[in-house]
Amino acid sequence: MTAGSSTGARHASPVRRARKIAPWVYFLIAVAAVLVLSAVRVLAGATDLTSSGTVQAALTAAVPLAMAALAGMWAERGGVVNIGLEGMMVLGTFGAGYAGYQWGPWAAVAFGLLLGVVGGLLHAVATVSFGVDHIISGVAINLLAPGAALFLSKLYFADAPGGGQKQSPRIADAPKVTVPGLSDVLGTVEGKHWFFVSDVAGVLRGLVTEVSLLTVLAALLIVWSGWVLWRTPFGLRLRSCGEAPTAAESLGVNVYRYKYLAVIASGGFAGLGGAFLAVSSGQFRDGQTGGRGFIGLAAMIFGNWRPGGLATGATLFGYTDALALRGSAAVHALLLLLGIALVVVAVVQYRSGHHVLSAVAAALGVLFGYWYFASDEVPAELVGAAPYVVTLLVLGLASQRLRPPRMAGEPYRKGQGK
Amino acid sequence: MGRFSPRSLLLGLAAPLGALAFAVLVCAVILGVTGHSPLDTVDAMVSAAQRPRTFVNSLNSATTYYLAAVAVAIGFKMKLFNIGVDGQYRLAAMLSAALAGATFMEGLPSFLRVALTVVAAMLVGAGWAGVAALLKVTRGVSEVISTIMLNAIATYLVSYLLNPARLAEDRPGSNNVGTRPIDGGGQVAGLEIPGSSSQLFGLVFLAALVGFGYWFVLARTRFGFELKATGLSESAAVASGVSVKKMVLVSMLLSGAVAGLVGMPQLLGSSYSYSLDFPPGIGFIGIAVALLGRNHPVGMALAALLWGFLDNSSNSLDVAGVPREIVGIMQGVIVLSVVVAYELVRRYRVRAEQRDVGTALGRTKTAEEASA
Repeated sequence: MTAGSSTGARHASPVRRARKIAPWVYFLIAVAAVLVLSAVRVLAGATDLTSSGTVQAALTAAVPLAMAALAGMWAERGGVVNIGLEGMMVLGTFGAGYAGYQWGPWAAVAFGLLLGVVGGLLHAVATVSFGVDHIISGVAINLLAPGAALFLSKLYFADAPGGGQKQSPRIADAPKVTVPGLSDVLGTVEGKHWFFVSDVAGVLRGLVTEVSLLTVLAALLIVWSGWVLWRTPFGLRLRSCGEAPTAAESLGVNVYRYKYLAVIASGGFAGLGGAFLAVSSGQFRDGQTGGRGFIGLAAMIFGNWRPGGLATGATLFGYTDALALRGSAAVHALLLLLGIALVVVAVVQYRSGHHVLSAVAAALGVLFGYWYFASDEVPAELVGAAPYVVTLLVLGLASQRLRPPRMAGEPYRKGQGK
Repeated sequence: MGRFSPRSLLLGLAAPLGALAFAVLVCAVILGVTGHSPLDTVDAMVSAAQRPRTFVNSLNSATTYYLAAVAVAIGFKMKLFNIGVDGQYRLAAMLSAALAGATFMEGLPSFLRVALTVVAAMLVGAGWAGVAALLKVTRGVSEVISTIMLNAIATYLVSYLLNPARLAEDRPGSNNVGTRPIDGGGQVAGLEIPGSSSQLFGLVFLAALVGFGYWFVLARTRFGFELKATGLSESAAVASGVSVKKMVLVSMLLSGAVAGLVGMPQLLGSSYSYSLDFPPGIGFIGIAVALLGRNHPVGMALAALLWGFLDNSSNSLDVAGVPREIVGIMQGVIVLSVVVAYELVRRYRVRAEQRDVGTALGRTKTAEEASA
C-alpha cells in the first residue's frame, strides 16, 4: 500500500490547476495583511488589534471552529453534506465532560472523538445506506444530539461533585507550551509599539506563548488531513466519491465504504472540536457549542473546501471572537478592516471583468468605511454576526472562485449511475 | 393503480406509524438501561393526556408548529430547504411586537391593529427569506447555507434590537427585557375550554386558514401546479415554460411570509410582547413536523399535534421521576427513523409497481430483474 501510494500520488498530481499560487505570494499577502493591520491599529489607536493576548485568544477560539470546518470538509469531499456538525460537536462536548473530570484532558479528547464518531456513524447509516436526504439527516441529528447530551448530563453529572444537571465537574486543562527566550524577546519588542515591527512581534509572540498542546494537535490534524486527502491514493479515491461517484464506481472503488469512512471521520473531527471546546473552557455545559458547528461550516465554505483555506477562515472568525472579548476600540477597527477587504474584492472583481459585482463590493466597502468614520463604537451584540456576514459576502461576491465537491449532497446508489 | 388503493394507503401509514413504534422502542430501551421504568413513563404520559389543560396547551403548541411546518413545506414542495424559518419567525415576531406595542397604535381599532401586526410580521419574514432567495437567484448560492447564516445573523440582530436603548424596555423585578407590552386592543382573545385554566389561542383559526390556503394553492391553482412541477423535475418545468428563477423567488417569499406568522399566536394570544424568553427553535420543529406529515396539510396537522403533546407531557414526566429530556430524544429518533422509513417504503413501492407492470404485461419479473 505504501509503495503504491507514492506512485499513485505522483500520477494523480500532474492535473494542473488553472491558477496555482506560489508560496511567496501567500507570504506577501500575509505581510500586506499585517501592514494593513498595523496601519489600522495606529489610525484607530486600537492596540489590541495585534497584541499577543488577542492572538492567543484568537487561537483558542479558532481551534474548535477549525475542527468543525475540517469535519465538514471530510464529509463533503466524500460527497456527503454534514449539517449535523453542530449536533456532533455537542456529543463531543458531553463525551469530553464525562471522561475529562474523571481521567483528565487527554481522556476527554479521546472520548469526545468517540462520541463524535457515533454521531458520524448515525449520519452515515442514514445518508449512505438508506439514501436519506443529507440535510434532513443533519437537521435530525441537530435535534437529537442536544436532547441526548442533556439527558445524559442529568444522569451522570447531577450527583457528581462540582457538577450539575446541565454541566459537568471541572476538567483539568491540557498542558501549555512556551518557546523559552523567544517569547520574552518578542514581548519586549511588542511593548515598544513601533509601526509594523511591534505588530509582527505581537502576532509571533501570541503564536509561541502558552500555546495549548490541543492547538498544536489541531494544527497537525489539518496538515495531516491535507496530506491524506490530496497526496495519497486513499484520499484520491475518497475525493472521487465526492466529485464523480459513478465514475469512481466504474473504476472499482467501493463508494459506500469511502463515504462511510469520510462521514465517520467527519463525526470524529466534529467530536474533537467539541472536546477541545469543553477542555479549553474547563467543563461541559449545556448549549456550550453556541452554533460553532455552523460557523465551522461557514469557515469551510470561506476556505473553498480546502485545509489551508478553512484554517484561514477559522482563524479569521476566531480573531473576530477574540476582538469581541477585548472591547470596543478593537471591534470598531474591524469595520474599517472589513471595508478595506471589500474594496480589495472590488478591485479584484473589476480586473476579472465582473463590473456589477465589483460595484456592489465597492459600495458595501464604502458603506462599512462610512459606518466606521460616522460612529464611535460597534454595539457588542452585532460583533458575533461578523463571521456569518463575511460568509454571505464571500458567497455573494466571490462565489465564482468557490469550487465545492461536484456531487456533494447528491444521493448515490450503487449500480444506478447514468 | 388508483390513488386510494388499499395498498397505497397502508404503505402511506406504515412509514410514520413504524417510525413512531421504533422511536417508542428506542426510548423504552434507553429508559430501561438507565434504570427508569418505561411503563411508568407511559403511565405518566397517558394520565397527562387526559387532563384538559394538557390538551389545550398541546393544541396551542401545535398551532405554532403547524404554521412553521407549512412554511417549511412550501419550500419542500419545490425542493427548496428553507432552514431559515427559525430566523424569519424570530425577527418577524420581534419587529411586529415592537410595532404592535407602540403607543401610536393604541388609537386604532382593534381589528386594524391585529391585521397590521400580522401583515408586518409576514412582510418581515418574507423580506428575510427574500435575501436568501435573491442570493440564490442572482448568484446561485445554496439556500441551505445562506439561510443558516441568516438564522445566526437574525439572532444577533434581535439581541441588538432587544435592548432598552432601542426597541425594548426593562421588565421591573426581573432581568428580562422585552418590547413594550401590547394592550387589550391589540390582542387576540383566546377561547375558554371547560375544565382547563389555559385558553385556546384565538389564532388557531389563522393556522387552519393557512393550512387550507396551502392545500388550495397547491392542489387547485396553476401556480401550485407549476410549483410542484418545478420540484419534481426542473428540466420538465422549464420545457413547459415555467421560469424557475421566478418560482424560487415567489415560493421563498411565500415560505418566509408564512414563517412570519409562526410567532403570532404566541405573541397576540399569550405573551403580548417579545422578550428574552420567547420560545426559540420553532423553525427546526417545523422541519420535523413537515417531514413527519409528508408536507400534507392534514398529515402535518396530526404531526404538529403529536409534537405539541410530546412537548407538553414532558412536564408530567418530571413528576414521575423520569428525565423530561427523553422526549427530546424521542422526537429526534422519530424524525430520523421516519425519513428512513419513507425511503424504505419508497423503494418497496417502486419494486411493487414494477412487479405489477410485469404482471400486467403477462410475465412476472423476478426480484433481481425488477430492482435492476
